[in-house]
Amino acid sequence: MVIADKKALSSFEVRTEADLMAVRASLRVQSDIAGLPLVAQTKLITAGSELARNILKYAGEQGGQMSVSLVWAGERSGVRAIFSDLGPGIPDIPAAMKDGYSTGGSLGLGLPGAKRLVDEFSIESAPGKGTVVTIIQWRR
Amino acid sequence: MASEIVPIIKVGENLLVSLQGDLDDEAVLKLEGQITKEVSRTRAKGTLIDVSGLAVVDSFIARVIARIVGMVRLLGCEAVVVGIQPAVAITLVELGVDMARVHTALNAGKGMELLRRLQA
Repeated sequence: MVIADKKALSSFEVRTEADLMAVRASLRVQSDIAGLPLVAQTKLITAGSELARNILKYAGEQGGQMSVSLVWAGERSGVRAIFSDLGPGIPDIPAAMKDGYSTGGSLGLGLPGAKRLVDEFSIESAPGKGTVVTIIQWRR
Repeated sequence: MASEIVPIIKVGENLLVSLQGDLDDEAVLKLEGQITKEVSRTRAKGTLIDVSGLAVVDSFIARVIARIVGMVRLLGCEAVVVGIQPAVAITLVELGVDMARVHTALNAGKGMELLRRLQA
């Protein structure tokens, strides 16, 4: 079971490209606190940057948000980041998880690429309901 | 000066560009203009792009760096990217970013050697 440290939760608006720096900085701070090794930390920050970019690309003007928190599973600590938006949603999630799939004119590395970089990845989305992507990186 | 995003140093016939810290997208895009302008102005034969100061390179930043290399080559100048951090290399390969067409070297010294070979 994953338990989140409520005191260490912070939320960020993801609406403009400038917000990407706050997303990366907060993931770095939480990774340090959780004691993630450098490669795990670099992968988490990069995955977060890709997912925040997805929000900018697809969610439209209102953007979305990221909340990041320290999590625990028994003795193991980690960082969890939740990316949510109220954009158009993804009609076909299995297709969106395939390399090369993109409706935004990008290379389509976003979702499958981010998934490969983290220990846990889950996505909930439906047309018209927005999208929530949750990622966790554990300290080994 | 607002148009200068990074310091660009001329070393002999080559330019040395050093990227540091967390760059925002606007800065990364302005780099294209700054570097191509400097290559044209100085008639440099080679450009070394040092990314050892970048702790994180996501797909956007990687693509812009690859694009800058392509632009610089069109100006008749060879370009080599040096100093990719090991954690960044691991991350870019797992992410699926293709940097195969970009000349890279471990550090600035090896990059200068490669530039000399490419210019020969």
